[in-house]
Amino acid sequence: MAGRGEQGTRLCGAALGPAEDHGAAPERVLFPPAFSVSEIKNKQRRHFMFLRWKQQQRKEKLANKKKRKKEREALGDQAPPKPVPKTIENQRVYDETTVDPNDEEVAFDEATDEFAPYFNRQTVPKILITTSDRPRGRTVRFCEQLSSVVPNSHVYYRRGLALKKIIPQCIARNFTDLIVVNEDRKIPNGLVLSHLPDGPTAHFKMSSVRLRKEIKRKGKEPTEHMPEVILNNFTTRLGHSVGRMLASLFPHDPQFIGRQVATFHNQRDYIFFRFHRYIFKSEKKVGIQELGPRFTLKLRSIQKGTFDSKFGEYEWIHKHREMDTSRRKFHL
Amino acid sequence: MASPARWNHVWVGAETGILKGVNLQKKQATNYTASGALRRDEGVCAMCWGDPLESEILVGCLDRSVKLFSTEKGKFTESRLCPGGEGPFRGLAVQDGSLITCVESGLLKVWHEDSSEAAELQVGPGVCRMRQNPARPQCVGTGGKENALKVWDLQQPQEPIFRAKNVRHDWLNLRVPVWDRDLQFLPGSEKIITCTGHHQVRVYDPSSPQRRPVLEVTYGEHPLTALSLAPGANSVVVGSARGDVAVIDLRQGRLLKCLKGFAGAVRGVQCHPTRPLVASCGLDRFLRLHGLDDKRLQHKVYLKSQLNCLLLTSREAWEDEDPDPAKAEEVKEEEDELWAAMETVRTHPAPKRAADPGAGAVKKQKRARAGP
Repeated sequence: MAGRGEQGTRLCGAALGPAEDHGAAPERVLFPPAFSVSEIKNKQRRHFMFLRWKQQQRKEKLANKKKRKKEREALGDQAPPKPVPKTIENQRVYDETTVDPNDEEVAFDEATDEFAPYFNRQTVPKILITTSDRPRGRTVRFCEQLSSVVPNSHVYYRRGLALKKIIPQCIARNFTDLIVVNEDRKIPNGLVLSHLPDGPTAHFKMSSVRLRKEIKRKGKEPTEHMPEVILNNFTTRLGHSVGRMLASLFPHDPQFIGRQVATFHNQRDYIFFRFHRYIFKSEKKVGIQELGPRFTLKLRSIQKGTFDSKFGEYEWIHKHREMDTSRRKFHL
Repeated sequence: MASPARWNHVWVGAETGILKGVNLQKKQATNYTASGALRRDEGVCAMCWGDPLESEILVGCLDRSVKLFSTEKGKFTESRLCPGGEGPFRGLAVQDGSLITCVESGLLKVWHEDSSEAAELQVGPGVCRMRQNPARPQCVGTGGKENALKVWDLQQPQEPIFRAKNVRHDWLNLRVPVWDRDLQFLPGSEKIITCTGHHQVRVYDPSSPQRRPVLEVTYGEHPLTALSLAPGANSVVVGSARGDVAVIDLRQGRLLKCLKGFAGAVRGVQCHPTRPLVASCGLDRFLRLHGLDDKRLQHKVYLKSQLNCLLLTSREAWEDEDPDPAKAEEVKEEEDELWAAMETVRTHPAPKRAADPGAGAVKKQKRARAGP
């Protein structure tokens, strides 16, 4: 093919260019003719050249790897330790709001915020779980299972009532938290968690909801014992607020007899909720059985007072185009 | 090393009761409230300069005490209790050595220096802001929820000299609700600009025969919580409850620019009187300084508590300030006092928010490798 032949010679020309450079005097710098595969107009030929380039890259990479392995074996014991592979968690951009455990100002802020009565053991959590209006079967079952997992919680049918009217009634009946599971197209997809007397309201996106019957290798139903709570990886100031909010749903004193544990694991701004029963087979070996629903939450916003969609002030709101510019920056 | 308090450029009051001074030249933030003496019910709700030279700051707290902070000495010198009425302070002002306070229930009081007699004024319940006219210190304006803008002359306390009228009914013939969240007096004329909780910015002109707003601009869908005049008096900077900060032109009623980067509600905005700078603080615990002409974020400082109000110094030529020779003198003169007053010196490197050149270069390299 004449075309390919031409490109063949052009490539050789390109290869010779730099070689000439080394031989020639340093002042006469010969730039190779600028050639890039993307300039070929014919798609078939372009694709062929690209595949050839890719194969070449792969070969070089393999050769490099082999060389490094040989060097490593040659060095034997004096080889430098294997470099740690880069992951997104490793490369996470350092967040300046990361809480230092010795920080007095943050400690004072947390000791006097809206959750202080819970953490000082002055109030006992009492949760009201409801849904958006006219929920379908899946959401109803999810709410029932959620209420079996969270102690001292009550599920009520929404009846089309406005949240702003429900909230004063809840406060009058001594509820401490309100959970509203939002449903769209027959699956639950959002969660509004409002701490009641005047506390912050968090709005989450909920995904990957699995009911008890969809979980493989599950155990029996959760019992009435108070579960333990594990909060993983909430490092920034915002993460601390969210962590405290989730922790205040559960009563303070877990009953270890029940061997049940609820875990909120934060990774890359997604919060994974799991409910397990554990048993210690020996000093170091634990067996776990997953019970209960599982779901994933992503924080969308935190409002300062109770739920107020029109006039509320936001403590934090996720702005997608401004905050999601870097794949290595996380907020929780 | 802590530089003396008078070189701080921005003073911020937090909800936990801490007064913070931020020096943007040296990139340091200092707390001027002793950390052992913090109380939530001393949260700062209003601040103002105590004198035109900006050497004193009046800090109004939730427990109705007004503290005097001296920037020369770097500590609180006086405190006085201002009881009466209910709710937190919504405005503080100083006139001829007497203190003017306004609380949320509508009680506006003028407190004289030593005597406890105070002139009182009822401006109506639900006050959200009270501000003093910088050109005529005896005039103050108040506005609030269902409490339309009123301008009072303190020498004639019976009637306001200007009482705004609500706009006409809307297209459904319903009454338009009133909620003035913040107001500013425009220098050089009698006009007053207010921003409302129903996302409107309105301009009132007392010298014109109409009591209704002369200009009305709507911005966004969330309540506008803070307002400040830009240098040149042609535009205003407004902040909303969602963290949208915008510059709005007053001549045509158009949106000029939006400033980005806010994650929470904006509680306080202030522009520098001559330089194109605007400082803003809010519930996301950051203080930000933007340039008004290029919208660029110049400084971003993390101040660990939720911030309620701020004061920006009107000094010029920040870059030429050299605090070190002055510091040497001060150390000799007031050494013990200064070190005793200084608290928790933390160095916060405030990184420039312009794109990090290192990260940019790495990204470019990666893209180049993807194609041959």
